[in-house]
Amino acid sequence: MIEVHQLEKRYRDTVAVRDLSFSVPPGVVTGFLGPNGSGKSTTMRVIMGLDRPDTGTATINGRPYAELRHPLREVGALLEARAIHPGRSAANHLRFLAQTNGIPLARVDEVLDRVGLSEVARRRVGKFSLGMGQRLGIAAALLGDPGVLLFDEPVNGLDPEGILWVRNLLKGLAAEGRSVFVSSHLMSEMALTADRLVVIGRGALISEGTVEDFIATTAGTSVRVRSPRTAQLRQLLEAQGASVTDDVEALDVRGLDAAQVGEIACAAGIALHELSAQTASLEEAFMSLTSDSVEYHGRASASPVPTGRQAR
Amino acid sequence: MTTLTLGSTTPADLPVGRSRLIASEWTKLRTVRSTWWTLLAMAVVTLGVAAIAGSAVTHNWHTFSPVQRLTFDPTGITLKGLLFSQLIVGVLGVLVMSAEYGTGTIRATLAATPRRGRVLAAKAVVVGALALVAGEVLSFGAFLLGQSLLRAPAAHATLSQPGVLRAVVDGGVAVALLGLFALGLAAIVRHSAGAITTYVGVLLVLPLILQTLPTSFSQPILKFMPLHITNTVTSVVAVGIQGPSLSPWAGIGVLALDAAIAIGIGGTLLVRRDA
Repeated sequence: MIEVHQLEKRYRDTVAVRDLSFSVPPGVVTGFLGPNGSGKSTTMRVIMGLDRPDTGTATINGRPYAELRHPLREVGALLEARAIHPGRSAANHLRFLAQTNGIPLARVDEVLDRVGLSEVARRRVGKFSLGMGQRLGIAAALLGDPGVLLFDEPVNGLDPEGILWVRNLLKGLAAEGRSVFVSSHLMSEMALTADRLVVIGRGALISEGTVEDFIATTAGTSVRVRSPRTAQLRQLLEAQGASVTDDVEALDVRGLDAAQVGEIACAAGIALHELSAQTASLEEAFMSLTSDSVEYHGRASASPVPTGRQAR
Repeated sequence: MTTLTLGSTTPADLPVGRSRLIASEWTKLRTVRSTWWTLLAMAVVTLGVAAIAGSAVTHNWHTFSPVQRLTFDPTGITLKGLLFSQLIVGVLGVLVMSAEYGTGTIRATLAATPRRGRVLAAKAVVVGALALVAGEVLSFGAFLLGQSLLRAPAAHATLSQPGVLRAVVDGGVAVALLGLFALGLAAIVRHSAGAITTYVGVLLVLPLILQTLPTSFSQPILKFMPLHITNTVTSVVAVGIQGPSLSPWAGIGVLALDAAIAIGIGGTLLVRRDA
């Protein structure tokens, strides 16, 4: 269980995270979603005790990271893909970590086997591909068999097979009763992996809840209506409790489904030129939610495309 | 966790212990090539200088003036190569800390051991121990190699002569203390290039700058410069060293103080700063 409470973190002039509260319960995969630069990595570093928050708290199983006696046995993290000395072998990297927390050295071979790196255990990490480096990072996270796991963009640089492997690994870890917290800037990836979502933009919480809730409340469904008597139709729909917005010669209706809109129009004798249910994809929902909070827009692109540097 | 297989071999309630941390830091130190390259470089240069000095003096003894023969220090000259060990051990001490920042390993290290002061302390133990062993082996090795090449009529020294054993032992101690000083600098600076530059600056450049200043100003400071001290402690005959010097014990004390201050500041910053 990870609990973040009213967290705020500033780096000189920039506010990386502000008033952020959420929790990561055991037994499910919680996706941490936000555009690049939205504060995901900062939040994870604060949870891991690497960066000190200006205000607020982040606790693991009820205690701040610094108070954990054997942190690696309670929390495992993949924070940066290749934050490993290139001259050291994979086995030796895991060995020194195991030694600090009194983890039996036999565990090193176990986790290397689990991530499929047994055959290259003695090879220097500098010779590893991006995907192998990522797998080694995951092995390090699993080393202490922790109940809480954090993964910062774990599928970056992986091939399709590797992505599928990570997806199944995360679900499997959650099914074993662990709290799994995974960040991504790709909604599509989270849609396939996560049960719950914590969405942030510009360091502030946008939404927290199940994936289903997220789709229902934000993507939602709307009905697109075109009619020669738009103004009159709008009044009728709003009288029925719908929220209506103008959308270039059409109305975008929320709160009523297509059938209800059609019935209302028919009863009033209003002709309809178009009546269609709009189901926004999860990706669109995410885009619309975070479009205001994307820090670095692509220049030639009208739609909000997250670009630029990694959050720090 | 259902799959938890730990705790059967280790007491689960022990905090991250000091001996475990030292074992971990030793694993880190011995599993990168730079450690062994720097030690090899120290050995080659230090022993090489001793061999060259010993045979060159033997060969050129007949050209020495009477005064030169009287003030010749057979101990000091064979330990001159330790200067290079003192420079190279700085690279070793710096890399132990700065390579973690350069590669990002520091995050894994500090996540495994949130008590950061202990991380630096464990590093100091392994760096200090390795540098002390290397320093003593090279100091004794250089002395014995050099003396074996100093043949009559040239004067040579033995460990039983007054002050000789102290000079040879201190030569190794100085190497260890400078390695610790470099470790502390790296904890402050956090970048390999910056820390090595600072280290070389303190050892070599600072004395050169001081020497351009008026003697009345520079001389009282010069005797506290690390290389001036190491030159003093590895000498038995105190001729040819410019200006006033600290006694060997005071000199070693100053080097130890330098190391303690650097590690103290570095440790404080390590605890306070974001990793």
